[in-house]
Formats: sequence, C-alpha cells, structure tokens
Amino acid sequence: MSRAVVVEGLEKAYGEVRAVRGVSFTIETGEVFGLLGPNGAGKTTTVEILEGYRTRDAGRIEVLGVDPATAGSAWRERIGVVLQSGSLYPQLTVVEILRLFGGYYERPRDVGEVIGIVGLEEKKDQRVHTLSGGQKRRLDLAIALVGDPELVFLDEPTTGFDPEARRRAWDTIRSLRELGKTTLLTTHYLDEAERLCDRVAVLRDGKIAALGRPAELTGALPPTEIRYRLDGQEVVVRTEEPTRVLNELTAEALRSGVELEALEVSRPSLEDVYLSLTQESPR
Amino acid sequence: MRLFLHELRGELRLYVRSRELAFFTFLLPILFLVILGSAYGDEEIEGHLGADYLVSGMIGYGVASTAFAGLAIVLVIRREEGILKRLRATPLPAFTYIAAVLATTMIAFLVGAVCIVALAVTLFGGHFPKSPVSLAVALVLGGACFAAIGIGVTTFLHRSEGASAAINAVYIPLSFLSGAFFSQGGFPRFLTIAADIFPLKYFIDLVAAISLEGEQIWERPVEVAVIAVWGLAGTAFALRRFRWVPREG
Repeated sequence: MSRAVVVEGLEKAYGEVRAVRGVSFTIETGEVFGLLGPNGAGKTTTVEILEGYRTRDAGRIEVLGVDPATAGSAWRERIGVVLQSGSLYPQLTVVEILRLFGGYYERPRDVGEVIGIVGLEEKKDQRVHTLSGGQKRRLDLAIALVGDPELVFLDEPTTGFDPEARRRAWDTIRSLRELGKTTLLTTHYLDEAERLCDRVAVLRDGKIAALGRPAELTGALPPTEIRYRLDGQEVVVRTEEPTRVLNELTAEALRSGVELEALEVSRPSLEDVYLSLTQESPR
Repeated sequence: MRLFLHELRGELRLYVRSRELAFFTFLLPILFLVILGSAYGDEEIEGHLGADYLVSGMIGYGVASTAFAGLAIVLVIRREEGILKRLRATPLPAFTYIAAVLATTMIAFLVGAVCIVALAVTLFGGHFPKSPVSLAVALVLGGACFAAIGIGVTTFLHRSEGASAAINAVYIPLSFLSGAFFSQGGFPRFLTIAADIFPLKYFIDLVAAISLEGEQIWERPVEVAVIAVWGLAGTAFALRRFRWVPREG
C-alpha cells in the first residue's frame, strides 16, 4: 500500500456556501504534502474531513486505507493530529501530558525520545502554562507524535511564530520525513511550503487551482517578471523575452517622459505562482 | 479498563492541580460549613443541633458546586479550548473519557461530603448520620443526577470566558432558594416555587430526612423520583446535544 491518502471528488457545503467543490489528490506514503491557500479556500474543511471531524457531502476518501467517516480506535492509533488552534492542560508538566496522551495508544513512542524530536528537553518538567507560544506548538506536535503515527496532520503549524521559532519548527517537520512519516501540512506561508513539501496543492474557492512539486509550479509561469508602478498602480508583466519587453517598455517611457517607479526584473517564486492562482477572478 | 484507569488517574491529577476550580467547587462548601458551624453549630435549628442541620444543606451545596458547576465549567473550557476535539483524534473512546470524568467528579463530591460530615462531628459536636447506607445511596444518586445536568448544561454555553460566571449565577442563587444555607421557612412563597422546580431542594430534603431523622431512602419516593427524572432528562439532553468541538468562530 503506497498511497497514504486518496481523495476523489470531495464536496462539502455549509448551507449555501460550497466550501469544497470537487477536490481530488493523493498522498504517497512517506511524502510531505502541502495544502496551500488563502483563508476560506477550504484547507481546514478538507483536512478536518480527512481527520474524521467533519462529514462530507460527496466524494471518496481513504486515509490509510480506511474511510475516516466510519473509522474507529484502531485507525486513530495510526494518525497524529495538530489542530490549528487550541490549548492543552496548563497545569500538567510536559512529561505528564505526554505520558497521559501516550497512554491512549497501544504502542506509544518513548516520551523522552518525543521530547528530543521537538527540542523541549530543557522544559520537560515545566508546567505547560509556563511555556512560550512556540514551545506550546512544539508540545502540540509532540502529542501528535507520541502515539507513533504513520500519518501526521499539521494544520498551520507555524502560524504566529517568530522567524527563529519557524526555522526550528521546520527542522522538526523535516525530521518527520526521516522518521518515515507521511505528513499533510496546511499553510498560507509560501516559503514554508517551498522548503518543506514534496508536493503542493493550491486551493482556491474550494477547488484545486494547481498541484505539483514546488519547482514544477514555479516552472508553469513565464520565467521572468517585470514589475513597476504607474500612477500608483502596480503593473506586472510576465514574459519569455525579457530583453525585448524591457526595451520596448523603457523606450516608450522615455519617449513620453514617464518614470517607471519601482522598476524591478525578477524570476517568479512560488509566491508569484500562488498569487497569480489565488488572486485572478476573485469571488 | 486499562484505559479507564489511566484516564481516571490523569483526571484526578488534573482536578487536584486546578487550584481555582478545586477551591470554588470542592473547598467552598467545606469552608462554609466551618464558618456557619462556628456561628450556628451549637444552636437549635428546627429541632436539631445546628451542626447536624447544616450538614445536609452543605452537602446539597456541595453537589451543586462539585458535580454540577465544577463539571460543567471544566467541560465547557475543555471544549472551547479544543482539548475535547483533540481527544477525539486519539484512540481513547468517548465513553471511556466521559466515564473517567464522571468518576473523578463523583470521587471529589463524595470526598467533600465525607469531609463535611467529619468536620461537623469533630468540630461542632454533630452526630454521625443516622442511616449511613441510605445516605451513601442518596449521595451517589444526587452526584450522578447533578453531573448529568452539568453535562447537559454545557450545550447552552458557547465560550470558556464567562462560563463559570454563568454557572455560578445559576447554582449559587438556587442553593440559597433551596435552603442549603438557611431554612426555607422565612422565604416568601414566590421564591420557594422556583426552588420547587429544581432538584436541589429535594436532594437536601432527602439527605436531611436520612441523616437527621434516620429514614431510609425508599421512604422518600417523591424526592428520589424528582432527582432521578432530572438526572435522566440531563442525560437524554447531553446524549442528543453534547458537542466535542468549539463553536465555529
């Protein structure tokens, strides 16, 4: 069994709002897969259906070969979940909370080892309420790992982190791959997806707007971008022939005596792909 | 069973460590017994020694604060903070979790009740309850009933902030109206009507009949029935409406 997750034609509406409209993708075992998209694109709805929290209206889903809607304790032994928000028992220590959650599983990982993976050795006997926001998030991740899951869901694991904390979290998420875990990660940080994910699906308005390796996605756009401001409006020109376009543009500007403010020539990043996918024809 | 004991140990540790909750829901009834007992313990109230009379009222206040209020507040906070949601993603069965939480609540309430009786006897010369077996059955019945109502009431509270204020606004006035602190004798009629609807007054009367008069629990079918019906209604409501996840932002 090489496919950890199979999603086919997933649909979910909340009343009139169609939050997820025919989403399909697969995640291979051992892969780090990213779901990207702006708020309201359907990321959390999709992930929570896969986690078994929400019901779906249509579509076929297999998570570790099981339909999450009917899955039981044996299936929950094999998944780990980090929710987007939420707190933990503030009055327990790091070790105590990991022992408590580890006890729910048949074969938990060693608590000390899990603390090492997330880098909380120095805090292991501290109460949870004394931890910083970033440390609490790492404890969240440790709780998701303590059952030694095959598949880990991370819903916006670094939202609200300072740059240093994000880099540490990235190292931890990379170590999941080394442990052979399959990871489904949602994020709205492009650099995060670019650095961590083997493949990325970009969601927009409940549909997949693009799917592939980060390098493939950036390759889908014309290789060069020319940006400038005209009358306070940003103008972006994407082209295969930057020399000719730039020449025409500057010649025209010189002739009419217009200054091209903030003129910039660059190669597209995943961020540009993302913006081009998520911003054209807004709802 | 292993999971139940594991979770029970965890819940007991959480209960003992949550100082604020333990104070308001567990210690306060005991503290009130000591304060009121110092004032009225040696007087005669309705034909009984004050200390003995106070015991049934404080056990009634204890069931409302420990089993009803404490449980409801904890569950609302855990739900709104996403802890219940997170637990649903683990292999711990919902039934096992609720059973462990209920057992913790019951243990806290029973330990509190034993403390109240012990303090009344040792500090204020009170008497040991006359029908201890019936009293134990009544305490378990009351604890279960108020815990069920506590779980049911969580469905009306949508935020963790203010949950304890809302719960306090319900059970503290109700405790007064139901005669937990003073005899209802001097209350105007319209206040006692409110108390007649809710089960607390019946529980206090039941405990008083058993511990003061030495009656057995089966001699008080009306009180037992009212408590049981409230408990069943709370259970039915909780089964239909209980939520594991926070309300959508």
